[in-house]
Amino acid sequence: MTVTTITDAELQPKDYASDQEVRWCPGCGDYAILKAMHKALAELGARRESTVFVSGIGCAARFPYYMSTYGFHTIHGRAPAIATGIKLANPDLDVWVMTGDGDGLSIGGNHMLHVLRRNVDLQIVLFNNEIYGLTKGQYSPTSRRGTKSPSTPQGSVDYPVSACAFALGAGARFVARAVDTQQAQLVSVLQRAHAHRGASFVEVFQNCVVFNDGAFDGFTAKDGAADTQLHVEHGQPLIFGARKDRGLRLKPGKLELEVITLSESDVIPDGVLVHDETNRALAQLLVALEPPAWPVALGVIYCNPAPSFEAEVYAQAAAAGAGPGAPDLAELLMNKEGTWTVR
Amino acid sequence: MSFRTVSRRSQGFSLGKGRAFPYGLVHYHRATGTLVSCTMTTSATSPARESRDSVVIRFAGDSGDGMQVTGGRFTVETALAGNDLTTFPDYPAEIRAPAGTTYGVSAFQIHFGAVDVMTPGDQVDVLVAMNPAALKVDLKDLRIGGTVVVDTGAFTERNLAKAGFASHPLEDGSLAPYQVLKLDITKRTLDAVKDFGLHTREAHRCRNMWALGLMLWMYGRDRDVTVEWLKKKFAGKPEVAQANVAALNAGHAFGETAEMSEYGVGYTVRRARVTPGVYRTVSGTEAIAWGLVAGMRAAGLEKMVFAGYPITPASLLLHTLANLKRYGVITFQAEDEIAAIGACVGAAYAGALGVTSTSGPGMALKTEMLGLAIATELPLVVVNSQRAGPSTGMPTKAEQSDLFQAVHGRNADAPLAVLAAATATDCFDVAMEAVRIATTYMTPVVLLSDAFLAHAAEPWRIPDLDRLPRFPVRFRTDPAGFHPFLRDSETLSRPWARPGTPGLEHRIGGLEKDYDTGHISYDPENHARMTRTRAAKIAGIANGIPLQTVALGADHGAIAVVGWGSTYGAIHQAVRRARQDGIDASHIHLRYLSPFPRNLGELLRRFERIVVPELNNGQLVQLLRAAYLVPAEELSKVQGKPFKVSEIVEALR
Repeated sequence: MTVTTITDAELQPKDYASDQEVRWCPGCGDYAILKAMHKALAELGARRESTVFVSGIGCAARFPYYMSTYGFHTIHGRAPAIATGIKLANPDLDVWVMTGDGDGLSIGGNHMLHVLRRNVDLQIVLFNNEIYGLTKGQYSPTSRRGTKSPSTPQGSVDYPVSACAFALGAGARFVARAVDTQQAQLVSVLQRAHAHRGASFVEVFQNCVVFNDGAFDGFTAKDGAADTQLHVEHGQPLIFGARKDRGLRLKPGKLELEVITLSESDVIPDGVLVHDETNRALAQLLVALEPPAWPVALGVIYCNPAPSFEAEVYAQAAAAGAGPGAPDLAELLMNKEGTWTVR
Repeated sequence: MSFRTVSRRSQGFSLGKGRAFPYGLVHYHRATGTLVSCTMTTSATSPARESRDSVVIRFAGDSGDGMQVTGGRFTVETALAGNDLTTFPDYPAEIRAPAGTTYGVSAFQIHFGAVDVMTPGDQVDVLVAMNPAALKVDLKDLRIGGTVVVDTGAFTERNLAKAGFASHPLEDGSLAPYQVLKLDITKRTLDAVKDFGLHTREAHRCRNMWALGLMLWMYGRDRDVTVEWLKKKFAGKPEVAQANVAALNAGHAFGETAEMSEYGVGYTVRRARVTPGVYRTVSGTEAIAWGLVAGMRAAGLEKMVFAGYPITPASLLLHTLANLKRYGVITFQAEDEIAAIGACVGAAYAGALGVTSTSGPGMALKTEMLGLAIATELPLVVVNSQRAGPSTGMPTKAEQSDLFQAVHGRNADAPLAVLAAATATDCFDVAMEAVRIATTYMTPVVLLSDAFLAHAAEPWRIPDLDRLPRFPVRFRTDPAGFHPFLRDSETLSRPWARPGTPGLEHRIGGLEKDYDTGHISYDPENHARMTRTRAAKIAGIANGIPLQTVALGADHGAIAVVGWGSTYGAIHQAVRRARQDGIDASHIHLRYLSPFPRNLGELLRRFERIVVPELNNGQLVQLLRAAYLVPAEELSKVQGKPFKVSEIVEALR
């Protein structure tokens, strides 16, 4: 399949906004993601008529209404299935799935698993706020253990799922992470996701100001972010810290990471790992890093393309003779072996 | 009068006519012990065939015995011989039930004849029982005086015990009411294939071809096409192909040399008098698949996205369409029933024909997505091959119990169109019609089939393709004045605006929309208006479908027998028989179940009685009563089996 980049250089970020009034709570992280998306698409020169936003149910699922592209607000958890059908019907469309931790990992967990393993050419953006917002604050499958909520007044007892570990386990070939308010990285991650052919999975840590405010402050607060975030970049050493003085390496003899302190010199010791975004084992180690003991890995953690599902489906159809010059009905019905004539 | 049949493997046993009878099949009168012929019409010295209008044969054996293949091949040869026919496979839900058990019995029934054959037949004329379990299960359907062919080689003590026989059925007189052909098919098959060097197991698997050969001989059928088919099927294993052909020929030769016609078992069934044309046999599943492709073409659509999740008995449609990619069919085996219909909703949104297929329990899972398709007014075809329920029920057995579910089974006021196919060949027309309604009215359409129709096959006169209906879709392209819920004044359908079309970018979803702008609306009056508009759109389909006709009989009178779906043949024959008996009955068969044809109420009121035979606990009967306040009477059967003609006739007396 040839990929043609369709651009529309005239469009500005505001041109990707619809005329609908945005109805998220004031201060919601969703505003930042919407803004980043407008910017990302404008910079890409994405054509509005070829772009489709598909969502399920939840706060994040309102997203398509605020875009001036095509949009389909569907039902809870099923956006990946509907998006798969859209790509099967028209592989030329540029399709985004906007979902949340409840929509994508709870009610829609099964569809998320399969859309990732199939590698359908979609960009899937999961807004993770670790809470159910639209239904007024119940704990979600990504809520930390002990989360007190209307449905868990004594604190939740179940263990949370890690969105990116789930995606990698499902066979996703593009896994990235970003923070709602860190616009530059978010825009760039969305653009990388867009460039990737196949299913791209982006987890965005998104603050819910009403029901789970400050859930990510531990690593997103501006004063400490440099020490609590690890920005990964392909080919670059895995170092972090305000003074770039800490690095990750494997513990000798073990498949286990450790943080080492770097010397003042500019020379990076041999043992410090260099990010290889095609290395799945490394990706699995990186997504498992959790604060406060570890920095949170952000950026494109894994990217290892393979042919996309719908491209393979269409290749089979073409091999079977579909497309221009497809045979007519007579050929189908007048199968010579099985017919007889009555005169 | 009853007969007893005794089999003797008798070298040189004399029949008293001065010649040796090599295989030893003789019929003795039970009381007198003298040789008789049961149904023989010609002299014993000149073998000839008895003529029959129609015959019902059932091949029954273990699920590993290849009974479906045997029946399928007999069907092809019979169709090629020019008979009208209907077939019905009856196989267990277990893929490989323990061999020799009654629940592992697989059967295939074919009814063929010179007359209009409409059902698989109430009673079996010839039962081929490949093991004791098959005899145990299927004997009850054999008519008194009918023929049973048994493989004595399979009637071992062990198999008799597995089938639950307390005494030996071939020796205890329990088969006295029937003609019994006791043949050691196992041994004869092994003898016939011994030169091909097969393992015992492989050789044993040729038994079905021996039995087929005998039955083809019995009804004067050719076997050339089957020989070719075997060669092709086992192209990679020539010795297996040769062995199967040898077994087939041996069975045939046995009939020929044993001159079994002397004992009343060779028949001729005249060719049916049928309309000239090109024919082929078609199963309900194939007809739906082809009808969907024809519908897609008639709508001018390039693509059909067919998504399904494997479920008995609907999977066959997925398999059939998976082989039709070159005609523009994209098939997708989804992760579950919800994803399957979800992909179809997505495909429809993107401008393709979306079709999904399932059976009852799967239909239940799809209901939320149907609501979304109704709310967003997207075209969709959902085929439900109904099976006995509730819950898992009896997956391989037919029932018509999903009618309520199809018509009403969704949250909120969520009307859609419901159609039902009556026969295997009708499936083609109904599938096309489902596509027409879906695309014309921008609505989901449920096409009700069932486990019986999915597998039943009959000859089909291939229609004149130039005369098939055309109903081209007109995608919206003009941005001027566009919004996604503008309505056509006649059909009330909204425009189909595909992503990829410049200037028509819009957002739709499951939230209520404003009638005038298409934007989200929580306005109470608007919701009432939209609810009524959605209902009016579906009700208005009645203006675009034919008036209800009467399939048989007058359009007024004593009894209207009203049916829908696969009970067509049984009801039709029953009404025909009742009319011959002087009962003033008419057959009305509904293709359109939602909405009903607009003259239906008026038509029904012209009858004194309305009897509604259904393979459920009374569903259409309630819909008719609710819609028209008519005193419709229920005639229900819920045994997982089709109606027998006689059951309906009885109810009309």
